[in-house]
Amino acid sequence: MANLGFKIIEATRSASQSIAAHGFRSFLTTLGVIIGVASVIGVVSVVQGFSASITQEFDGMGTNVINIESYTPRKASLQGLYASLGYDDLIEIKHRVKGISNVTPTVTIWGSNAVISYRGESTDTMVIGTASTYQKLYAVYPDAGRFFNLSDDKSRRRVAVLGPSIITKVNIKGDPIGQYISISGEWFKIIGIAEKRGKLFGFDQDDFILLPYSTTRALLGGAEEPDISIGLQVDDMQMIEQIKQQLKNVLRRNHNLGKDAADDFKIATADQMLETFNQIIGSTTLVLAGIVGISVLVGGIGIMNIMLVSVTERTREIGIQKALGATRFDILLQFLIEAVFLCLLGGLIGLVLGFGAGSLISSATGLPEATVPLWAVFLAFGFSAGTGLIFGIVPAFKAANLDPIDALRYE
Amino acid sequence: MSPVETVIQLRSIAKHYTMGGEGFYALQGIDLDIYLNDYMAVVGSSGSGKSTLMNLLGCLDYPTDGQYHLKGMAVASLDENRLAGIRNREIGFIFQNFNLLPRASALQNVMQPLIYRGSPLAERKRRAEDALAMVGLQDRMHHVPNQLSGGQRQRVAIARALVTQPAILLADEPTGNLDSSTTVEIMALFDQLHEDGQTLIIVTHEPDIAYRCRRVITLKDGRLISDVANSATVISQAKGVGAHG
Ligand SMILES: Nc1ncnc2c1ncn2[C@@H]1O[C@H](COP(=O)(O)OP(=O)(O)OP(=O)(O)O)[C@@H](O)[C@H]1O
Ligand SMILES: [Mg+2]
Repeated sequence: MANLGFKIIEATRSASQSIAAHGFRSFLTTLGVIIGVASVIGVVSVVQGFSASITQEFDGMGTNVINIESYTPRKASLQGLYASLGYDDLIEIKHRVKGISNVTPTVTIWGSNAVISYRGESTDTMVIGTASTYQKLYAVYPDAGRFFNLSDDKSRRRVAVLGPSIITKVNIKGDPIGQYISISGEWFKIIGIAEKRGKLFGFDQDDFILLPYSTTRALLGGAEEPDISIGLQVDDMQMIEQIKQQLKNVLRRNHNLGKDAADDFKIATADQMLETFNQIIGSTTLVLAGIVGISVLVGGIGIMNIMLVSVTERTREIGIQKALGATRFDILLQFLIEAVFLCLLGGLIGLVLGFGAGSLISSATGLPEATVPLWAVFLAFGFSAGTGLIFGIVPAFKAANLDPIDALRYE
Repeated sequence: MSPVETVIQLRSIAKHYTMGGEGFYALQGIDLDIYLNDYMAVVGSSGSGKSTLMNLLGCLDYPTDGQYHLKGMAVASLDENRLAGIRNREIGFIFQNFNLLPRASALQNVMQPLIYRGSPLAERKRRAEDALAMVGLQDRMHHVPNQLSGGQRQRVAIARALVTQPAILLADEPTGNLDSSTTVEIMALFDQLHEDGQTLIIVTHEPDIAYRCRRVITLKDGRLISDVANSATVISQAKGVGAHG
């Protein structure tokens, strides 16, 4: 019916009029909805921004990369037995497993062995000892200078590629390439500066130094072989499952594991890591659903309460409207639209506040930029309108069912 | 066909109330015919049932007994929605306390009944402006009620009652809250409406007003005790009522 269109427009106009007439009260009324939508949008925007950048990260890494790390089962660690991967594991893999390339060892050093200094400025960082293939495997490209090559590694050259943050951390002046920096008391020549990657989780991804693997081992002073992790690239993705099986067999044999012994290493693909990550996102979404549920309730009860008060306050007006020929449906529509309008307004404010809060959190903690996906916008408005409808229905019926005479006599 | 058209026909109308276990009749055995272009006053002491009668005539309330025909329609048997439609189309109600919508401008108040029949905005606006011009308020259209004097508010209410071109205009003590000079203005407006062919029923305590009407009915304890064309008796009766209230 065309009439319905007019009536909806009129009801919207009169709703905005009465909402405006009680500006502050309307605001307080919608606070539940505002907070609900704001918190959902805030969390979604942060998680989405984060998720987008993580996915990008994994994409950069490539789905054909496999990482192997030592893994100590809990029982063993209680007995003081720690699993370890050694360079001989890497050699075995290189020789026995076909269809892989860029097999790269990585040893990470923290703490006292990772103290660096430059002209009296001293700090600690993360020192990564690795091979020249690291560059290809993880797509690390120097912004300036070069990455170390096979011969640097073979002849244990004291050369270093710096993460860009190091330059500011120890205050290197002028062109860093060719200058010297002290790592754990030894002097290294700076040959390259890695590309800037920014912050993730508030964690500076540019605070590291890359050294050739052999040099790092020398630096550690050969007492005990370090626990390394091994990264490699699968040439043909179709083969990834077979290759994982082969890697497993080689490592088990090399570690002399009996039939019943558990693996003392973990083989992870980028896909698996992405999956784990997606599970985290999934449970975050579940928590979000909880927030939505609670705010529906809180927001809705607030709306219902004030709408009931408003119906009582406007009893006389409703009587007048009925005397002028308003049907039950007209009055019902008017109050329902007012509730929905109020909630949508709250939703809009919540959306803006939530996005603002998300952006603030992201920039303050160094997370990737907050983004609000379209589905979240629809969710926010759908949820607001739904709250208005569900919790507006009782007051609207109360208004619609008023007896015209009683309503007109109401003082 | 009778030469004068009957707009309203009441037969044995009763309104019964029960309060605190005790029942009583606010109206009883009312037989009444109201004709096209009638200009009728309803008088009677306070509590005699005048407002109750007006509410029944205005389809705001149901009689407990009797038949009510409005333009030939048996009103008592209609449902809520149909009654709303009749209130919207056939009835123009004017109240003692004006009953304007407080947040709406004069123009919006007058447009309001047209919303319920779904008239488009342009038509609503044109008709409301015409109605306001008719009551002499063309330059107050955008004032809200509390920016208007009592007399002006009642004019807005009259414009609102007229805008739907109702079959019948019901006014329950329309000048009860107004001073004497404003009362004269409003009554002049009613006289004009009568001359233009409008059917009017006015509840009043004031003899002067009853005197202006062409017909006067008197209620006493819910019964219709007299129904006379305007004459000297009416004036004295109305005076008696006036002294009472
Ligand atoms: N809803 C109701 N419930 C019970 N009694 C009612 C109700 N409405 C009206 N009455 C009673 O019906 C009688 C008639 O009331 P009504 O309002 O019609 O009087 P009235 O003639 O208009 O009086 P006034 O001149 O003071 O306006 C009164 O005794 C009143 O108390
Ligand atoms: Mg009365």
